[in-house]
Formats: sequence, C-alpha cells, structure tokens
Amino acid sequence: MKLDVIAEKLSWKLLTKVSLGEIDIETGYSGDLLSDVLANAEPGSLWITIQKHKNILGVAAAKDISAIVITGGIIPDDELVETAEKRDLAVFTTEETAFLTSGKVYRLMEENGV
Amino acid sequence: MKEEDCLLKFEIQGGEFLDSGESSAVIKEYLKKIGIPHPFIRRVLIATYEAEMNVVAHAEKGTLCFTIEGETVVVRVHDKGPGIPDIELAMQKGYSTATQEVRQMGFGAGMGLPNMKQNSDTLVINTEVGTGTEVIMEFTL
Repeated sequence: MKLDVIAEKLSWKLLTKVSLGEIDIETGYSGDLLSDVLANAEPGSLWITIQKHKNILGVAAAKDISAIVITGGIIPDDELVETAEKRDLAVFTTEETAFLTSGKVYRLMEENGV
Repeated sequence: MKEEDCLLKFEIQGGEFLDSGESSAVIKEYLKKIGIPHPFIRRVLIATYEAEMNVVAHAEKGTLCFTIEGETVVVRVHDKGPGIPDIELAMQKGYSTATQEVRQMGFGAGMGLPNMKQNSDTLVINTEVGTGTEVIMEFTL
C-alpha cells in the first residue's frame, strides 16, 4: 500500500522533506528495542517506535526501513531530521500511541488487500 | 590485520550514543556501490551496528575496521574497556550489563552478541578483563 495514502489517512506529520512518491509498504514493525528491530523486522518495513534519537537511523539503514513513525507526540531533534533527509528517509510523527498507530496501519492494509 | 589495511575505519567514543551508528550508513553505501546483494549487506550491517553499539555502551573508546579479503568481508572492532568476564553468559539472549540510561534508549536488550553471531559466518571474541575486547567477524559472499 502506498505510504503517502497511509500517511494522509492517518494524519501523520511528515518531518523530512522527502518525496513519498512510489514508496510501497508491505509490512511493518513496532518496537523500541533496537536489537529486537535489527533481529526481527522484515526488510523494507514501516517502523513504528517511540525512540527519537539519531541512532535509530543506523537501525533503519541496516534494515532498509521504508519509513519511521514516531508515536505518542514525541518530536525528534533537528539533527535526526537533517540526517534522515540527507538519506532520503521519511520520518513522521503522530500524537497517537504506538498501539493505535499499529492497529490503524494494520486495518488499512488489510482493507486494501495487502 | 594491520590498521592501514582497513578499507574504512571509524573511531568510536564510549558513551557517545548520538554520534554513533553512522558507520552502518557509510558501509552500506560502499557495499551497494560495488554491487553486493542486499541480503548480504544487511547481515554485515546488523552485526556491525551491534558491535559498534557494544563499544559505545560499555567501553571507553574503540576502533572499527572494515575490509574485504577476497570473497570475505572482515569487520574488526577493538576497544579499550572493561572486557567481558564471562563470554558464555554474555552470549545468552537477554543477558545484559547495560545501565538503566542505556536501556531507556532502546539498547541493552541482551541481544547484541546473539545478533552478531547469527548474522556473521565466524565470530571471534578476544577479551581481557580490565583491558578491552577485540571482536572479529567474517562474512563470506
């Protein structure tokens, strides 16, 4: 399912000035333990987390993460946003919790036959 | 391996979580450029990221050396740090000596060494308590 459609339907705020264009999401992973994400997230996942420090970008690079959604109204610092932008990685924030975000993405994807 | 043999070399500072993890992105670009397949790149990056984070979380400072020998990618990380008193225990999933502060950032799940072992073809750990640790990982194409 197209990332721009998911983001619009769930009213996420895009922090990085990157083109969502053709990014297609097939699966996602919710997790705040970085080693767990490294070990268990499917490559290309949409990653839902409350971690906001720059180091999550290393995890994203290693796992070819398609986009990061930072939940709970947590705002990352400018440095993370700048670095993510340089790497053409979409980073969103949402006021909603990781539980609600995961559930809504799952439902949307299911409704769209993903 | 001598230091001048490194294709890419990174200095790692203990405790500097925010300025680390960058090596993954640089190594990724390098391997992509020379046409290495993605699943292989991922294995290297996961193991390398974990090795780097171990230095940041536990040691004073360290060096990460990345090189390619024939068909094998070699990543060597050595640090000046506390060493590992019981490697067998440290290799167990879920065992960690990380501080509470480190855990809050999402590290210290006790999965670092197991992730390194799972993603490399060979993992050698040389450690001396009170001096430091050397980790050598090989990935064969």
